[in-house]
Amino acid sequence: MVLEIIQLTVYGIVLGSIISLGAIGLSLLYGILRFAHFAHGDVMTVGAYLALAGVTGLGLPIWAASALAVGGGVGLAVLIDQTLYRRLRRTAPVILLIASVGIALILRSLVQFVWGPDTQVYTQELQMPVRLLGIRLKPTQLQIVAGAVILVVILHLFLTRTRTGKAMRAMADNPELARIVGIDTELVVVWTWVIGAALAVAAGIFLGMDTRLQPTMGWHILLPVFAAAILGGIGKPYGAIVGGMVVGIASELSTMVFPPVYKPAVAFALMVVMLLVRPTGLFGAPR
Amino acid sequence: MDLFELFTFVVFFLSLVGIYGVLALGLNVQWGLTGLFNIGIAGFFAIGAYTSAILTTADSPGYVGGFGLPMAVGLLVGILLSGTIALLIGLITLNLREDYLAIATIGIAEIIRLVLKNEEWLTNGVRGIAGIPRPFAGWFDDPTGVTNLLVVALALVVVYAALERGRQSPWGRVMRAIREREIAVMAAGKNTVRFRLESFVLGSAIMGLAGGLYAHFFGFVSPEAFDPMYTTFLIWVMLIAGGSGNNRGALLGALVIWTIWAGTEYLTNAFAPPEYLTRAATVRMFLVGLLLEIILLTRPQGLLPESQFVTRREERRRRRSDISDGK
Repeated sequence: MVLEIIQLTVYGIVLGSIISLGAIGLSLLYGILRFAHFAHGDVMTVGAYLALAGVTGLGLPIWAASALAVGGGVGLAVLIDQTLYRRLRRTAPVILLIASVGIALILRSLVQFVWGPDTQVYTQELQMPVRLLGIRLKPTQLQIVAGAVILVVILHLFLTRTRTGKAMRAMADNPELARIVGIDTELVVVWTWVIGAALAVAAGIFLGMDTRLQPTMGWHILLPVFAAAILGGIGKPYGAIVGGMVVGIASELSTMVFPPVYKPAVAFALMVVMLLVRPTGLFGAPR
Repeated sequence: MDLFELFTFVVFFLSLVGIYGVLALGLNVQWGLTGLFNIGIAGFFAIGAYTSAILTTADSPGYVGGFGLPMAVGLLVGILLSGTIALLIGLITLNLREDYLAIATIGIAEIIRLVLKNEEWLTNGVRGIAGIPRPFAGWFDDPTGVTNLLVVALALVVVYAALERGRQSPWGRVMRAIREREIAVMAAGKNTVRFRLESFVLGSAIMGLAGGLYAHFFGFVSPEAFDPMYTTFLIWVMLIAGGSGNNRGALLGALVIWTIWAGTEYLTNAFAPPEYLTRAATVRMFLVGLLLEIILLTRPQGLLPESQFVTRREERRRRRSDISDGK
């Protein structure tokens, strides 16, 4: 029983790492552009499939393919922002929301067109789980958590040590004030897309490593990612990490009671409770 | 194709346009009138469809059923259930930021999808529920489904007339004022959360009605028919293309977009080689997505923009006086 709880918590940390990476970008974008980016899950999907193209098409090792995919995903996100979202930024935020739902669909149909609807994997090799004090862990799961930790550390250094990072946090806190003190908001917006998309691509690749690749994989994890961002408080990247871990661990632990297919429902329930108790999230200022 | 086949095809086509028209009208109450963002249309649509399906079918082994109630009861309970679920979501999210409602509706649609797929005792899982009675089945012979079209048309006319009345009434004016500037409406002493809740529940109930009509139209429901993305997205494109805020625009959008959607499907089925059929479907979805973005960029008000005036009579009178003034 205790062992099972620990085992599921470990799985939850793996899932939480993936959700966190998605939620950080979503939370930053939400904080800076003031709209819920519904295509974020599908950016994850595109990233995962770009890496697949690197692995199966070019025969690259997964880390090199991932670097390529991050480049591709970032380029795509900035392109979409500059051609579409930028033109709509003057209108109501909710128009941007609709546009992003459209982008989600466009990205998913592209993935489905190029790679087909069937599930795929990065490698057919059999994963031998490592046993550690009675806990089973696959090497890929260790890689996912390690990768997520490295990315979060880089993000932390970027947000606290660089001018752009500080400007980004300032803008997420108060966009009007940021503009008044002379922050180049358009530049910050582009940087936000770069970071959000890079983390989303990483999350997508990790998700593909942990399970399989599917054109709907990103869409189906979007709800937990949103739940994590809301749990942590919108616009709070560190909150998103905590939110992601809470959602991930709670989802895995719930499988002791509910069938595993209802994991997204757990994320949703957590989100609803949060909205009822403290709508600004764990790390947001109370109203 | 002989005349009979053509007639059957037209009836089939118009019935679907009618059902999508009801859905678009439901969304127009929420988004067009009040500015509420619902991306869980497929969920409310599915609730209406499954409720009516379960209540009206004959007994079958393996899942709940055998009530054999009349279609009217099925539709009514479906409407009530969709409305109730909307009420619960609305109570939680409507006093928060507008995007939270959007996220919550995605969540509820996703959970409904999971329940439909996995709770076999209730919904028969992926196999779906068959044998849902057609309207007035057994009263007379109807090989073309024209009775069904009449039922859909009647529902559409009733919903349209009621919504037009609602839009022109003080209630509709408050809704539009909330959409434009909520704080001003609050300053005028209106309980805006309550009005938004009414709008959300009404719209969702109409979507539930559309679901019931759909179930009795096809006689069969399965989780595949309620894919959250495709249904929800098509309705959104219909409303935005037609003109949000305008009930006639919603109907026109349903007709135009469904003609494009079904027409391209017909073309690809007829001319594309079978191995490309699934790819052709994704291309169509891609193009509809692109169409939405182009509309948002170039003509956000849609084909039939919302009228500046409360009633059509007033609009006509104003236009006449403009002409006589030589404007």
